[in-house]
Amino acid sequence: MPAVAPRSGEAIFASAEHVNAELFTLTYGAIVRQLLTDLEEVDEVNKQLDQMGYNIGVRLIDEFLAKSNVSRCVDFKETAEVIAKVGFKMFLGVTATVTNWDAEGTTCSLVLEDNPLVDFVELPDMCQGLHYCSILSGVIKGALEMVSMKTEITWIRDMLLGDDAYELQVKLLKQVPEEYPYKDDE
Amino acid sequence: MGREVSESCVESLMIEMVSSYCDRFYATKPELAARRIEAIGYQVGHQLSERYTMERPRFSDHLEAIKFICKDFWSEIFKKQIDNLKTNHRGTFVLQDNRFRWLSHISLDPSPDGSDTSASLAENKVAQAASMHLYFPCGIIRGALTNLGIPCAVSADISSLPACKFLCPGLFICGTYKGLG
Repeated sequence: MPAVAPRSGEAIFASAEHVNAELFTLTYGAIVRQLLTDLEEVDEVNKQLDQMGYNIGVRLIDEFLAKSNVSRCVDFKETAEVIAKVGFKMFLGVTATVTNWDAEGTTCSLVLEDNPLVDFVELPDMCQGLHYCSILSGVIKGALEMVSMKTEITWIRDMLLGDDAYELQVKLLKQVPEEYPYKDDE
Repeated sequence: MGREVSESCVESLMIEMVSSYCDRFYATKPELAARRIEAIGYQVGHQLSERYTMERPRFSDHLEAIKFICKDFWSEIFKKQIDNLKTNHRGTFVLQDNRFRWLSHISLDPSPDGSDTSASLAENKVAQAASMHLYFPCGIIRGALTNLGIPCAVSADISSLPACKFLCPGLFICGTYKGLG
C-alpha cells in the first residue's frame, strides 16, 4: 500500500467542520469563571484546567492522527514542529512557532502570538497567579503521552499577565518504549 | 466572517466540562453538578445574545425575542434554525431542533440485550447522561432570553431520546414568567 502523504494543518482546518470562535472562547471563559467560584484557590483552578486539558488531549490525539496522516516523527524536534504547525492549526486555526531549543534537543518553547482562547479576556486583580490557558498545556501533555512521550510543560510567558506572547516550555522527560504484545485485558 | 475554530474544540470542551463536574467535582451530587453546568451555559448565552443583538432595535414582545433565538441566535451557534416552535400563548414556548448537533456526536448506547429491568435501567442511565449534556444548552437559552428581558426557566425534554438515536431531537421548553419581564 502506498504511504499516504501527511496533510498540512491548513488543509485539515479548511476541511473540518467549524464553529464560530466566540462560542468556544466564551464557553471556556465561563468554565474558568465557574471554576474560580467553585474551587476558590487559583492554584487549584490551574490544576483542574490542566487536568481537563489532559483528558481532552488523550482523546484528541486520535482525531489528530486520523486526519493528519502524520507518521512517526524521527525526533522530538519534528514532534514539536508538527504540534506547532499541524496540531494547533487544525483545531484552533492558528500556528505556533518553535524556539529556544536546548543543546540536547529535548526542551523547546512553543510561542503563540494569536490565541483564540483569550479573545475578550481581561483578568481582574483577584486572579493573580492564574494561568488562564492551562488547558492548552494539558492538551499537549495528554496527547503526547498517548504517543509514548512523557513531558513536563511550563508556562513561560502569558499575555494576560502582561507579556508579549504566550510561551509554553515543553520538556521531554522520557520516551516510553511501546511494549508488545499488548495484553488483552488492559 | 468572524474567527472560527474546529468543531471538535467546542465539543471536546463541552464533554470534558460535563464529565469534570459530574464525575470529579460533584460525583455524589448530580443536582449540584447540573446547576453548575447550567450556570456556565447561562453565562455563555447571556454574553452571546448581548453580542448578537448589539445592532438591533429592541424586540417589541416576547414572541419576537423567541423568534430571534430560534432563527438568528440558533444559526450563529448551530448553523441551522430551530425546526419547530410551539406556544400555548400563555408564556410557554417549545423549541424543537430535529437534529441537535451536541447530542448527535455523543454516543449514548445502552446495552442492547438483557432482561427488561436491566434494559430500563440502562435507558435510565442513558437518559441521565444525556440530560447532563442538555443543562448546558438549557442554560444558554435561559441566559440569552434573560438578557433580552425575559426571565424564564428552561428545561429539556429527553423522553424520546433513547428511542431516536439517529435523529437526536433537542426539545427545549421555556416557561416565561409573565408580568416579570
